[in-house]
Amino acid sequence: MCAIAGAVAAKRAAFDPSLVADMVATLRHRGPDDCGLRAAEGIALGHARLSIIDLPGGRQPMCSGNGSIWIAFNGEIYNFIELRADLVRRGYTFRTRSDTEVLLRLYEADGDGFVQKLNGQWAFAIWDEIRRTLLLSRDRFGVRPLFYTTRRDRLLFASEIKALFVDPSVTRAIDPRGLDNVLTFWTTIPPRTVFKDVHELPPGHSLTWHDGGVTVTPHWQPAFRLDEAASRSDGEWLEELRARLVQATRIRLRSDVPVGAYLSGGLDSSVVTALMREAAGQPSSTFSIAFDEPEFDERVHQQAAVRALGTDHHELRCAHGDIAHVFPEVIWHTEQPLLRTAPAPMFLLSRLVRERGFKVVLTGEGADEVLGGYDIFKEAKIRRFCARRIDSKWRPLLLRRLYPYLPDLQRQPAAYLHAFFHVSADDLASPLFSHLPRWARGRRLRLLLSDEMRASLDGYDGREEIASRLPADFGRWDAFCQSQYLEMALLLPGYILSSQGDRAAMAHAVEGRFPFLDPDVVELAAALPATLKMKGLDEKHLLRRLARDLVPEPLWRRSKQPYRAPDGASFFDDGRPDYVDELLSPARITRDGIFTSSAVDLLVRKFRERQPVGATDNMALVAVLSTGLLVDQFINTLGKAAHAGVRPGVAGLHPQ
Amino acid sequence: MPECAQELRAFIRNNFLYGSESPGLAFGDEDSLVERGIIDSTGILELIAFLEMRYAIVIDDDELVPDNLDSVSRVARFVERKLQPVAR
Repeated sequence: MCAIAGAVAAKRAAFDPSLVADMVATLRHRGPDDCGLRAAEGIALGHARLSIIDLPGGRQPMCSGNGSIWIAFNGEIYNFIELRADLVRRGYTFRTRSDTEVLLRLYEADGDGFVQKLNGQWAFAIWDEIRRTLLLSRDRFGVRPLFYTTRRDRLLFASEIKALFVDPSVTRAIDPRGLDNVLTFWTTIPPRTVFKDVHELPPGHSLTWHDGGVTVTPHWQPAFRLDEAASRSDGEWLEELRARLVQATRIRLRSDVPVGAYLSGGLDSSVVTALMREAAGQPSSTFSIAFDEPEFDERVHQQAAVRALGTDHHELRCAHGDIAHVFPEVIWHTEQPLLRTAPAPMFLLSRLVRERGFKVVLTGEGADEVLGGYDIFKEAKIRRFCARRIDSKWRPLLLRRLYPYLPDLQRQPAAYLHAFFHVSADDLASPLFSHLPRWARGRRLRLLLSDEMRASLDGYDGREEIASRLPADFGRWDAFCQSQYLEMALLLPGYILSSQGDRAAMAHAVEGRFPFLDPDVVELAAALPATLKMKGLDEKHLLRRLARDLVPEPLWRRSKQPYRAPDGASFFDDGRPDYVDELLSPARITRDGIFTSSAVDLLVRKFRERQPVGATDNMALVAVLSTGLLVDQFINTLGKAAHAGVRPGVAGLHPQ
Repeated sequence: MPECAQELRAFIRNNFLYGSESPGLAFGDEDSLVERGIIDSTGILELIAFLEMRYAIVIDDDELVPDNLDSVSRVARFVERKLQPVAR
């Protein structure tokens, strides 16, 4: 895995390519093995490399034979061997064994549309010197990040936002709508980011730049096809899913360096680890997180999986104070505020992976979205069920089956469960039905915003923005698919694969690979009857059946426990780092002008005085702290707060 | 009782609304706190903890119903009942 960065100017306007060298220098954590820069009049492409395939041959930026096409590529193309063979048949020749060169030749052969053929995770830039056109592209689910900004006639792009801020002419300010999005949805609605004038290239989109003009077009979007639901028997669906997952895992083991796996002790990662063992013919190395707090710890299940699958297991113990200590560095990498601390242990885990000599891990990410595992899908199903008999006394009791791992919720009196999940006729008619309770809870965090922030939001409601951008077919999908779409379009790319995925892993140059997000698996899952995704309240029903042949019963029977980490309380230990009190102080809150000091004070007092705190309080506290850290490291100064002195340099970077 | 209602209003405003005076979140003594979205799904437990601590009462499981707890007036009446000596 790697990082890319670059700049292009209209009318061949000259700029100093050392700007791009400085941009690459901020991204070396993603690509510590090598780096390169290529520049000509009005264009510069830069690259930082983590060598995984064709270690000597894959240097970048790479050029076509006559030098007219350049590429800087971050990612993996898993079907590059097949694509290469096809190109060779068509008469194309290759100088290296790398997947990068396959992209270059595919562009020469097929033009912009070639991305449709790719099975992989990518963010790349291709410069066509003859057409003087830049093509940026990002994979279907946005596994690999890519951001851009336009300054006058110049376009700057990079794998991470911090590289764009190397250019002093780029505004460094919080976008109120971006922040509001994060408070409600845990991420921004692309292309918006939390920084004004900084855009994300949305997942599944490509951007072309020509002479200062920018066009962004989708090449893929999540879509569901239920016309095939009756075309296969349950057994046939199962066999097809198995075949596609086996293949998805097999091609994700293509690597010239060893590949490990994250093993959480849940169904998805156990299945992935078992499939890896089948494909590789040997047990793999696995990694997991252990917590001191029993509420979050999954060691019992992890150990069961390790024993069953015979892996060489490595465990990261996340102690109580660890989260608070690494949190500033985590925010330096997530580049957006958080509502949960869960990315922090993932950040520590990737460090362990790296220390043990691994650069690549397979994980179970995506299974919940694609095959129907999340509690929010269950919640929506139960709410609809209750709404049909609004007076039923016993229907709301089903709600207790949700969230079995939340003791607070289990203690809720039945009458209150009923009231909390009460469904109005308006809600029932909303296309966002499944997510309304979650987003309503998120919007409570607006109570913390300063008057100025609220005024600049001026009645803005992100839910309306989402509703206005749903795919044309959305209304024809069944309710279950609609809720899946909302997860796939927002939380998956914007948080799970980003803050908790790419950013947490690439902080230590570790690449995640996700068999459940293979396009062939996703395509099959999108045609699955809803009852095979969730049968009654049995989540990931088909995957569970598949798992019976792969892992012991306690593992395939285990119901979903989402990965969670200690939140607000981790910042109030006696040994807490100094930044916590500083960022929560009234003086600091007032100076930043983002939150209301009196509101933050009431919030903080609940934690300091060890009063009972709820889910909203935890999210609020993590939001205030992470926003403060973001302002510290990206707006007030540019650099890791914990490591002042990290300033971009150009060491080791020479134009080719 | 008026004193209790006043304390409850302050507790609810500070604890659940972070002190917000926003008109959209103004609530009357008879308003349902759940339906108005003032108390979220874990908030009821915070309210119970507050009542038990502040008024030194013990609330039984079968008392955890909206009739007792879902508006300022209801809670105040409930607390008053709990504080009265048990009639013989």
